[in-house]
Amino acid sequence: MTAQAETRTAPAPVPRRRGWSRLHLAGLAMAAPATIFILVFSLIPVVYGLYLSLTRYNPLRRGGPEWIGLSNYASLADSPQFWRALGVTGLFVLMVLPPTVLIATGLAVLVNVRVPGIGAIRSALYIPNIISLTAVSMIWLWMYSQHGLFNQIFAWFGLPEQALLYDERTALAAAAVMRVWKALGSNMVLLLAGLQSIPNELYEAARVDGAGKAAQFRHVTVPGLRPMLVFVIAMDIIYLSQSFAEIYVLTQGGPLASTTTVNYLIYTTAFQYNQFGLSSAMAFVLFAFVAGLSVITMRNRTGDRP
Amino acid sequence: MNTAPGRSELPLDSRPGPSRRASLKSRRQRSLAFRLAFAVVVTILVLVPFAWMISIAFTPAEQAFGSISLLPEQPTWRNFWIALTEVDLSRALLNSGVVAALAVIVNLVLTPMTGYAFCRLRFPGSQFVFLGIIATTAIPIAVTLIPLFLMVKGIPWAGGNDLFGHGGTGLLNTLLGVSIPHLVGAMNIFLSYQYYSTMPGELAEAARMDGAGEWVIFWRVYLPLSKPLLAVVAIFSFTGTWDDFLWPLVTTTSRDVYTVQLALVQFNAEGNVQYGALMAGAILISLPVVAVFLFNQRSFIAGLADGGVKG
Repeated sequence: MTAQAETRTAPAPVPRRRGWSRLHLAGLAMAAPATIFILVFSLIPVVYGLYLSLTRYNPLRRGGPEWIGLSNYASLADSPQFWRALGVTGLFVLMVLPPTVLIATGLAVLVNVRVPGIGAIRSALYIPNIISLTAVSMIWLWMYSQHGLFNQIFAWFGLPEQALLYDERTALAAAAVMRVWKALGSNMVLLLAGLQSIPNELYEAARVDGAGKAAQFRHVTVPGLRPMLVFVIAMDIIYLSQSFAEIYVLTQGGPLASTTTVNYLIYTTAFQYNQFGLSSAMAFVLFAFVAGLSVITMRNRTGDRP
Repeated sequence: MNTAPGRSELPLDSRPGPSRRASLKSRRQRSLAFRLAFAVVVTILVLVPFAWMISIAFTPAEQAFGSISLLPEQPTWRNFWIALTEVDLSRALLNSGVVAALAVIVNLVLTPMTGYAFCRLRFPGSQFVFLGIIATTAIPIAVTLIPLFLMVKGIPWAGGNDLFGHGGTGLLNTLLGVSIPHLVGAMNIFLSYQYYSTMPGELAEAARMDGAGEWVIFWRVYLPLSKPLLAVVAIFSFTGTWDDFLWPLVTTTSRDVYTVQLALVQFNAEGNVQYGALMAGAILISLPVVAVFLFNQRSFIAGLADGGVKG
């Protein structure tokens, strides 16, 4: 694609001036506004944030950021609170990711048929994903409440009433269940696209070789789906490790910090305790973890065995 | 979803073999029916929370603390009235509408053009710049949150600021400030690039032969052929802005600039345990995105799949 586009967009008849043709200048002019915007509001903040992470800065006090080198990172290294938040974030990702990907793969296989009405089913399964995290968190807040759906079901089975969001042992899992429900649709849609990109000829060849349904799934579907699976997992890691809104609505990080994710801690450190420097350092540690995990995941994108 | 030929959806009857065709076909149809039934059951399970959301929204507040039935005995609109007035969603809907409209317009004007330029009018260094823009989509929000907050606060000559951005609050607590992170979506530029890479370049060459300038070629030739792309850009910009919570949370402090998400959450956070009003509010703030989704399902899911498959 790249080479083709190159030859198409650089036709001979255009007069060239010192390497910058009229086309080049037009391209530059069209790309400039959005590029400058992204430079100013996405890339400069990263550099600025890196600088802030090396300072002590309380925006309510007079005087700007005060350079303290790597002290913020050093204090994070022996902050039990921060390590706990990292652990909670990792645990949350581990609680949500495997069930989401497994169920979504099952759903993608299930709806990968061409029958009337299947479009409506696919759309319906996608709906939890388009509604905002805050709105779905409100629904689940009610479902987990004293007279909510879960307690009505428990009562039906003769089980005692539970306050799942107020119990240190269950609060994170309760938030995770909601997130699985919300993430299913988007994972399913992407995996469905992955399934449909597997050429039919591969299945036919496998059938000719005498492969049954199970063998076809193992030797054609799984390897064919692998690139998309890896992409989906990487995207999930990036999104899930930044959980904030559902925590804010469901538990406010409690009870006893059992649901305080890194993003929630970053928010409270910056906007409740006004420690902008320390909070920026946390953001960069999170960035490093997320980037590292996605790179490791994406590396597995090509490879012959799962 | 596209169902182009050659894709591996299960066709209804693809097996040859005249002698066994009839029995195979009926077996096939039975398994298909079973599958469809199973899919319907799963779908209903997934939608259960929404059924309850609607039910609670119509249940009178006095009854909302007892054992609730899925069909309210005396359905009421009162919760919606509370959501619009006490939760102040009427104001918030207007605010979110303004912010989302800003984001949609700026994205529509800038991002297809930018993707087109990076794809079709490459200049020295443009591929490097394009990769840099794509890379920004992987930056966690937390990394840019604080610097962006300080930058928006320090915008010169705004909100009581002087030339150096000191003294006032800049664009904090304004609708323009709320819209800033959503005005130019890097993902939209990527999708535009993908879209234009599949369009024939001969169109531009023919127009160039006729003496058309590059701007005219883009605005008059390519853009009118980009309706599916424009739909995806508009939808992504709209839902991304409408559903955002963290940025409005940190940049707005007064109720008259609250967005819908913030208004609903703050109402809950103030200790108002009125599930009826909360559910009614959740419905009101979800309706626009659900409507946008249902009317544009094809572009929506196709855009998602494109970004995924080709990315």
